[in-house]
Amino acid sequence: MPTHKTFQVKAKLLRNQRVAEKHYKMTLASSRLAKQAKPGQFVEVKVSEGPEPLLRRPFGVHRVSGSNFEILYEIVGIGTQLLSQKKPGASLDIIGPLGNGFTLSTTHHTAHILVAGGMGVAPLLFLAEKLKKQKPLVLIGAKTKRHILREKEFKQLGCSVKISTDDGSAGFPGKVTELLQDILQGHSPWKDNPCALYACGPRPMLKEIALIAKSHKIPAQISLEAHLACGIGACLGCVVNTKQGYKRVCKEGPVFEAQEIIW
Amino acid sequence: MNPNLEVKIGRLKFKNPVTVASGTFGYAEEFKDFINLKKLGAIFTKTITLKPRLGNPPPRTCETPAGMLNSIGLENPGIEGFIKEKLPFLKKIGVPIIVSIASEAGADEFMVLARRLDKIKEVAAIELNISCPNIKEKKTKRLISQDADATYDLVKSVRKVTKKMLITKLSPHVPDITEIACAAEKAGSDAVSLINTFPALSIDIETHRPQLATVTGGLSGPAIRPIAVRMVWEVYQKVKIPIIGIGGIIDASSALEFFLAGATAISIGMANFINPAASTEILEGVKKYLIKNKIKDIRMLTGALKT
Ligand SMILES: Cc1cc2nc3c(=O)[nH]c(=O)nc-3n(C[C@H](O)[C@H](O)[C@H](O)COP(=O)(O)OP(=O)(O)OC[C@H]3O[C@@H](n4cnc5c(N)ncnc54)[C@H](O)[C@@H]3O)c2cc1C
Ligand SMILES: Cc1cc2nc3c(=O)[nH]c(=O)nc-3n(C[C@H](O)[C@H](O)[C@H](O)COP(=O)(O)O)c2cc1C
Ligand code: FES
Repeated sequence: MPTHKTFQVKAKLLRNQRVAEKHYKMTLASSRLAKQAKPGQFVEVKVSEGPEPLLRRPFGVHRVSGSNFEILYEIVGIGTQLLSQKKPGASLDIIGPLGNGFTLSTTHHTAHILVAGGMGVAPLLFLAEKLKKQKPLVLIGAKTKRHILREKEFKQLGCSVKISTDDGSAGFPGKVTELLQDILQGHSPWKDNPCALYACGPRPMLKEIALIAKSHKIPAQISLEAHLACGIGACLGCVVNTKQGYKRVCKEGPVFEAQEIIW
Repeated sequence: MNPNLEVKIGRLKFKNPVTVASGTFGYAEEFKDFINLKKLGAIFTKTITLKPRLGNPPPRTCETPAGMLNSIGLENPGIEGFIKEKLPFLKKIGVPIIVSIASEAGADEFMVLARRLDKIKEVAAIELNISCPNIKEKKTKRLISQDADATYDLVKSVRKVTKKMLITKLSPHVPDITEIACAAEKAGSDAVSLINTFPALSIDIETHRPQLATVTGGLSGPAIRPIAVRMVWEVYQKVKIPIIGIGGIIDASSALEFFLAGATAISIGMANFINPAASTEILEGVKKYLIKNKIKDIRMLTGALKT
């Protein structure tokens, strides 16, 4: 068997379930990918047989079990629309595992806080699984109650879960970053423990996380998105500005130290 | 029987006519996990400049109908960085390495670059990128390849300082590409490659902002293919030097169009992004076509268009 860290594979689609309004969970078979993927890494999926749409679509590895892996995705345009129509038995052209995932700082920190905004839950479930012995705290931010994803799955792993919704229909009313502020400042067990943050979500939220982490002097790893053309570090199209110059989201990222990024 | 696939670009032999285009294949190492690099006819590196370049601010790419825009802005480690960090891997592959070079400062800097590369045995040829829409000559604010005289002067200057094969890469953003190709030929270019990307704009209607930070960028992909094929055909009728056809090749049939129009070799561009194994798959497809149609030599296809 080839030993390459990244590879192209035809993966068989096992399940493509709707899990919320516009959200699907897809299970794909590839023992190689399941074995090699690390939390925070992603795959590039060809969503059609033909040339339209042209580019692959990137998705974080959501979970791994046995020789299968899952992706969790939201329909936002043509590519994800096509993906949602795929049926079990189909075979999907996939490249992965790609990028640098989260660094698990299990020895240095006692408390782990995972912050997900919207679709940001996707790579964090896989991370929570790897951190489950440390019983992480998971904050899930969503627009409304109906948009909360994977609450049950995080709980099943033994995580404590706190919710925030923009409209106040469930949990803390407001932004997930405000919830995080509350927790870090309040009289919670999280207050005085050394802790580490891991976050995925929209850029404004991640920027906010970087500021919060800085003011509390805690390390934070954030997973960024960018439009990818190649996904394998060749085109230099996906760069983000950092203190060490431009870095590729698809190669040096998608996970970065929050304080590295120039927002 | 296996058809002949070997082609010649000047004195240079490619064991097959399928190459990879500058800027779409990084420095080859990015693709080593996906294909056997030895199978390629030649590799064109990302364009190199004298000094390291940071490139343009992001966002630098966006998908468009049957194509994409890019405004990378020639991010590269500079010639010395290239020689130190990238060339050692390229050297070991064992296929002709063609180093693409560019400058905003004009002929003098091109000559410095060419002299430096002239000394390196493993550099098979130099491609003069005078057609990147993301960098314009500082003095004139235009592309060298938009002017026949400027093209002639530039190629002539570089020709004087190197014995390496010279390939001149042309822009489609001109009224008559044959004039530019003829100027390059007259000045001593051993081949021309065409086309580079076409300047274009894509707008986000929600924010009223351009999709790229630089507002415009270069269009590539199947969207530009028929333009590229037409240009190859026009140039084929006017020059004797070989043509390397580029633009929207994503499969064997699109590659074959270029040979029929007059290309001696082809380069795979953004198709490498869609499928990292596109180049070698296209090579296999071309081979199959030749066998199926009992064509003994790829060279018999070049310019075989019936009009
Ligand atoms: C590293 C990484 C991991 C991701 N993980 C997930 C995930 O686990 N689940 C999930 O639902 N989404 C994820 N995304 C976002 C996802 O890739 C986009 O939602 C998807 O590409 C949209 O494609 P579309 O054709 O449906 O949308 P369209 O808007 O039609 O797409 C048009 C073009 O823009 C690109 N694009 C649009 N939105 C994004 C975006 N947010 N990020 C990057 N490119 C985009 C598309 O790839 C396409 O090239 C991830 C993105 C990155 C970069
Ligand atoms: C992301 C990207 C980067 C590119 N960078 C370069 C470059 O550095 N030098 C160059 O001569 N052409 C560059 N090109 C142009 C390609 O080599 C090619 O001419 C063009 O993309 C058309 O071919 P295609 O449609 O097959 O992609 C680049 C193209 C893309 C898409
Ligand atoms: S998407 Fe091409 S380098 Fe990251």
